[in-house]
Amino acid sequence: MTETTHIPVAKRPVKWGRVMDHSILILGSLFMLVPLLMVLQTTTTTDLETIKNGPEFVIGDRFDDNFMAAMFKASGFSGENTGLRMLINSLILGIGFAIGKIVIGMMAAYALVYFRLRFATLAFWLIFTTLLLPLEVRILPSYEIAQQLGLLNTYTGLIVPLIASATATFFFRQFFRSVPEELVEAARIDGAGPVKFFIDILMPLSQTMIAAMFIIMFVYGWNQYLWPTMVTTEEGMYTLVRGIKQLTQDLEGTNIPEYGRANMLALIAILPPVLVVIIFQSWFVKGLTESDK
Amino acid sequence: MAQVSLNNIRKIYPNGYEAVVPTSFDIADGEFVVLVGPSGCGKSTLLRMVAGLEDISEGALSIGDRNVNHVDPADRDIAMVFQNYALYPHMTVRKNIGYGLKNRKTPASEIEDKVQTAAKMLNLTEYLDRKPSQLSGGQRQRVAMGRAVVRDPALFLFDEPLSNLDAKLRHQMRIEIKALQRRLGVTSIYVTHDQVEAMTMADRIIVLNAGRIEQIGTPAEIYHRPASTFVASFMGAPPMNLLTAKGSGGRVTVGETISVAAEVADGPVTLGIRPEDIEIGPTCDIPFTVDIVEELGAHRLLHGQLGGQELTIHVGKDVVVSAGPIRMSINPDAVVLFDAKSGLAL
Amino acid sequence: MKRAGFATRWLPILLLLPQLAIIAVFFYWPAAHAVKSSFYLEDPFGFGSSFVGFDNYIHLTGSSEYGRIAKFTVLFTVLVTFFSLALALLLAVKADNVIRGAKTYRTLLMWVYAVAPPVAGFIGLLMFNQSWGPLTELAKSIGWDFKLGVNFNDTAFAMVLVSVWKQVPVNFIFFLSGLQSIPKSVREAALIDAKSSFRRFWDVTFPLLAPTGFFLLIINITYALFDTFGVVDTLVKGEPGNNPMTLVYKVYVDGFRGNDMGGSSAQSVILMVLVLALTVFQFRLVERRIHYT
Repeated sequence: MTETTHIPVAKRPVKWGRVMDHSILILGSLFMLVPLLMVLQTTTTTDLETIKNGPEFVIGDRFDDNFMAAMFKASGFSGENTGLRMLINSLILGIGFAIGKIVIGMMAAYALVYFRLRFATLAFWLIFTTLLLPLEVRILPSYEIAQQLGLLNTYTGLIVPLIASATATFFFRQFFRSVPEELVEAARIDGAGPVKFFIDILMPLSQTMIAAMFIIMFVYGWNQYLWPTMVTTEEGMYTLVRGIKQLTQDLEGTNIPEYGRANMLALIAILPPVLVVIIFQSWFVKGLTESDK
Repeated sequence: MAQVSLNNIRKIYPNGYEAVVPTSFDIADGEFVVLVGPSGCGKSTLLRMVAGLEDISEGALSIGDRNVNHVDPADRDIAMVFQNYALYPHMTVRKNIGYGLKNRKTPASEIEDKVQTAAKMLNLTEYLDRKPSQLSGGQRQRVAMGRAVVRDPALFLFDEPLSNLDAKLRHQMRIEIKALQRRLGVTSIYVTHDQVEAMTMADRIIVLNAGRIEQIGTPAEIYHRPASTFVASFMGAPPMNLLTAKGSGGRVTVGETISVAAEVADGPVTLGIRPEDIEIGPTCDIPFTVDIVEELGAHRLLHGQLGGQELTIHVGKDVVVSAGPIRMSINPDAVVLFDAKSGLAL
Repeated sequence: MKRAGFATRWLPILLLLPQLAIIAVFFYWPAAHAVKSSFYLEDPFGFGSSFVGFDNYIHLTGSSEYGRIAKFTVLFTVLVTFFSLALALLLAVKADNVIRGAKTYRTLLMWVYAVAPPVAGFIGLLMFNQSWGPLTELAKSIGWDFKLGVNFNDTAFAMVLVSVWKQVPVNFIFFLSGLQSIPKSVREAALIDAKSSFRRFWDVTFPLLAPTGFFLLIINITYALFDTFGVVDTLVKGEPGNNPMTLVYKVYVDGFRGNDMGGSSAQSVILMVLVLALTVFQFRLVERRIHYT
């Protein structure tokens, strides 16, 4: 046994800087979170209660009812745009958009980075010019073209025009260029052709990048508003985010607005992308911050 | 096994930059040839043209008796070891080594046999199921070697394979690679910028500078009879002393100091002498001032001035010297003379 | 291109084809179409159109309404960009300081990234609900009779607030990742050289964050100009009336609602030029000024 002498340690002073840091962070977090909590609260009470008292610090018992109403009761006239239908459409848009973007982007980026192509520079500029002009500024002619091609109220019309920008291509191009050059050389000496190299080497190496891209693109697709608003007029084709427009109009028009159902729908529109971002946070942040370098 | 022959091989890029001027040499079956030169001298480009990773602009390349100018890298019967190993990061050591065989449609059992044999040879057996990220630098280097060995190629190509290793490991791997090459007897081309690697490993050295061959020869020839001032100063550490001298009347003199008999035309010449070909002692004929003594344990290097020109002398560990005036003399047989303008040996 | 690219001829073309086809149909065609129709006046009843040269542009420059909207858009962009950058920087610096709870703060401060702009607008509608919205109540308590959708300034305030709320997370993520990529050795050197944390921030951290900040500046301007469409549309409840609106929203209102294809296209073209100028400016400045590596 050894005797330990206790040297008196100076009492650590309270770090006011730390307290300040945490206070600011808590205030910031509340700024972000309070609106969501309010929406949550109103989904648990009756509409009348909300209209009478506004949001309160009480958790009601109407969550189930509101949820069922949101999922299965249709707004509008056709009776087709139930929450469930819109949820399915949103998923189709989000997933279809993400997959389409990644597949097309990877293919194009692979062609640009790994092949000796005579018109590579031209193709590069044609593709990357699309990064400059957002869909919003060419929305009307895009709509006309979709109309001429008979794409209104179709999933193709909903998804494909949104793919017409090269964000994923640009991202994968950056990533492919960072893959050590010797790998493709070693693979060539090992007898791997372009297809084999892509499948055996490049795809496995890109796994994390694909995942990150999928998350970003899923969120982006899910959250689309203007294009779906224009291209879908049949209620059965509405997505949740598109349906928000109708919700606001419903709330305006009626005597007893259905806040419970409407806010529940808003919640359903928020949750899937938010959960994806939170659960796959590290991939998502990596993908986001690396795509723009 | 095969001999390799380069006939007027040239590399010129679309932008007009000539990386390799037309170059010819032959490599005998089983020979270990080292291409050495400073960075940007075209040595890697030359190697990559042999590998088929870079197009040959002009000239003919044959491996064995076959012209391979337009043959795919995979079909040239070669294996290559890269500077940063180029291991496939997502594959185990076993898969890394076997990938080339798999692409050649070798039966799985045969691949396993060959991988096992190669792994044993390189002390990798216990690491076969690891990924490259779980290996040390030296082990990764061995896996890269294994990937080359397992293909049983006609020609090994090494592209600065040791430059990512620390000094100690580099020394060890140098010996291992050389021993392995001896054992397998495979013709090899080895690219490096490290003159020590070149000296110690090569059967024959090819010194390149600015896309041009400066000299081809055995390590001893290159070291003792450099063909140009470039080779003289590139090979050897410390490099050969190069002194401005003058020829007149069958003698070459450096100011009032060195004077050797030589049949050269009158006029300026460059006199080369290796640091270890200079002796010191009280009976020597030339005065010399030592500025700095570098202690290296096994020997010492004396840096100083000889009539206003810098000179380095190599002395044994038993010779005790301190800064100040001493006397020295040179071995006239070891003197190499170069043209003062072109730098070529006379 | 990699030095040792594959020499196969047909494969890269095949790989590029889907990308090129999509951008040809849904990017270049609509963009060209927008430019073309900006020189035409379309019959409101859809019976053909006639070439009017620069009339549409001349009309726009003479329009006091367009001028007013342009002015509002500039003000809106400046406010949104400034506040979302400043708030995000503050929060990122604090989040980078603390160790305890760092991950929780990060999650709480970034989840809003995944909320769609119109849904954010919808939540804004609830927060500013005329009869019970918590923010309306709060305003009332300080004597501010907040009237969303009626009072121009109040609506503009709500637009800015919601847009900032939606944009803080992206900026936060980038600033935090920028802070974390400052080498530890640099921080330690600063710790030895400067005693005050405020000095360290201004002299070392802030300049090193400048590239991130500049990149974000452009991102935020683009966001405020285009991506806030959903926020604006929801907050004005689809009824522009006398409410504030942005230039992009005006394109939509004139073209889709008002059937003024020519005028709307001319506005699109003006926005295109604006974005292109912004991008060129970005490349120029990024290349020249703020670069440390």
